[in-house]
Amino acid sequence: MSEAATGWAGAPAESIWSGPEKKAARRSRSPVTGESDLLKAVLIGVTVVFLSLFLILPLAIVFTEAFSKGVAAYWGALISPDARSAIGLTLTVAAIAVPANIMFGLAAAWAIAKFHFPGKSFLITLIDLPFSVSPVVAGLMFVLLFGAHGLLGPWLKAHDLEIIFAVPGIVLATIFVTFPFVARELIALMEDQGTGDEETALSLGASGFSTFMRVTLPNIKWALLYGVLLCNARAMGEFGAVSVVSGHIRGKTNTMPLHVEILYNEYNTAAAFAVASLLALLALITLVLKTLLETRFNDALPGKARGH
Amino acid sequence: MTPPTERPTVSLSALPLKRSSILPGFGLSLGYTLVYLSIIVLLPLAALVLKASGLGLSGLWSIGVQPRVFAALKTSFTLALAAAAINVVFGVIVAWVLTRYDFPGRRLLDAAVDLPFALPTAVAGIALAAIYAPNGWIGALIAPLGWKIAFTPLGIVVALIFIGLPFIVRTVQPVIVDLEQDVEEASASLGATRLQTLSRVILPALTPALLTGFALAFARGVGEYGSVIFIAGNLPFISEIAPLLIVVKLEEFNYEGATAIAIWMLAISFFILFAINLIQAWSRRRFGNV
Repeated sequence: MSEAATGWAGAPAESIWSGPEKKAARRSRSPVTGESDLLKAVLIGVTVVFLSLFLILPLAIVFTEAFSKGVAAYWGALISPDARSAIGLTLTVAAIAVPANIMFGLAAAWAIAKFHFPGKSFLITLIDLPFSVSPVVAGLMFVLLFGAHGLLGPWLKAHDLEIIFAVPGIVLATIFVTFPFVARELIALMEDQGTGDEETALSLGASGFSTFMRVTLPNIKWALLYGVLLCNARAMGEFGAVSVVSGHIRGKTNTMPLHVEILYNEYNTAAAFAVASLLALLALITLVLKTLLETRFNDALPGKARGH
Repeated sequence: MTPPTERPTVSLSALPLKRSSILPGFGLSLGYTLVYLSIIVLLPLAALVLKASGLGLSGLWSIGVQPRVFAALKTSFTLALAAAAINVVFGVIVAWVLTRYDFPGRRLLDAAVDLPFALPTAVAGIALAAIYAPNGWIGALIAPLGWKIAFTPLGIVVALIFIGLPFIVRTVQPVIVDLEQDVEEASASLGATRLQTLSRVILPALTPALLTGFALAFARGVGEYGSVIFIAGNLPFISEIAPLLIVVKLEEFNYEGATAIAIWMLAISFFILFAINLIQAWSRRRFGNV
């Protein structure tokens, strides 16, 4: 059964074919379609210097600065009550925002990729919208909706509900900025996969639910994980949108990135970089897992330029 | 090796699907999608539009032409444009080198290109500020030359280059991978020099992807906040970006001012999104799937 299922998904057969093919193209290029060794060396040099200046150095300085006052100071910055509450809040927010967007991504991808209906491309544009909105503008929208002077402000106050300058606002803003990540990965992949597998399962008598659990979900699991990775990295690292709605109340509405800002603005550089190093570590883990997914399961991911 | 037979699902999806599907859950999934989309995206957007409509066109205009607002918008858009342009040049070189050449550390650098997507912007901001500040690793090197990067508009460009780079590289890379070697060979055997092949055969094929990547990086750069504010210096009229001015207005409880700036930024961002769609449609017609 399991062998038949992998063959069904079609991924392994393709990866055997396209893998070596592309590697061969890189290595054995005839002289007329390659550059001279000198030009090659110059271009490689430019690339290495450029990427070092803009990517490697920033990463390096985070860890250097974090430990600039010694391991004890580093540890002290991480276990201070404010830092711990910031770490807790960041984890809480991600624990709500990411599952919420997974549910949405699955529902949206099922509707969009498996059915034809009018207005589909408009719906996709709307789903991608949060990516083209500045995070600060996203935060502003929630302030205008839920803030004290906002549309729903008086009603919220009458019912003693707090959204802006409180945790719910941070969660909402985070959901907004990470909204498209899971959905766009799944939509792209499921559109490629079509409806054949599900139709087969249904016509063999499977229920709708077990078709989804046993046919669709295994087909999309790597793309789902990929989307979740990116969604989570952004959810934990979001700064602009969260900064606008949080109110920066220490120990209460400070997430890790906001805590980094406060420490930095207080010229407590080593502590700021210490907390930042945790976020950088998260970014590194995300990158490693992402690269692993791309090399190992490239054919189970939608083939397109990746953004955001 | 025999090429694998095509997956049945692929050929199925190429056919026009029958209108009535046997798959269940359409109503539920679409309904959930629309409700969730409305609460998270449309309702907040409506609040912004409602606030803006209260200002009216004349109100939006008069705030937009206030000197400090206009300067901030101009700073954001011109510097995002400059950073995206620089990224196009270096992005093509990076994408080309990472795709075509083999050298030690290539895979590591290739993975590192995605760092700006994964690294929280505030972390990138303080790291870049520390490097390019007058006493930083790079800042100290160039200080004797009288150059200053951090706390000037140049610092903003540095942050926006960081933020925008992966958009260009990741848009162009798949196109370079897919370039047929035959075309380059044909060009060479017809007597073209390598430079002519590069400029007349390869570059045109990359252009649609480059434009797309440029627009994505530009749009992202205009709205970028976290990585910029630490390195910018944030002097009104010089190095104050539009998103920061929104935050400033909010702190003054000037919701009208904040809304107007946001509307100006959104209007231009929507225009860019529209342009991207046109570019993509055009490039697909012209060059196949990009």
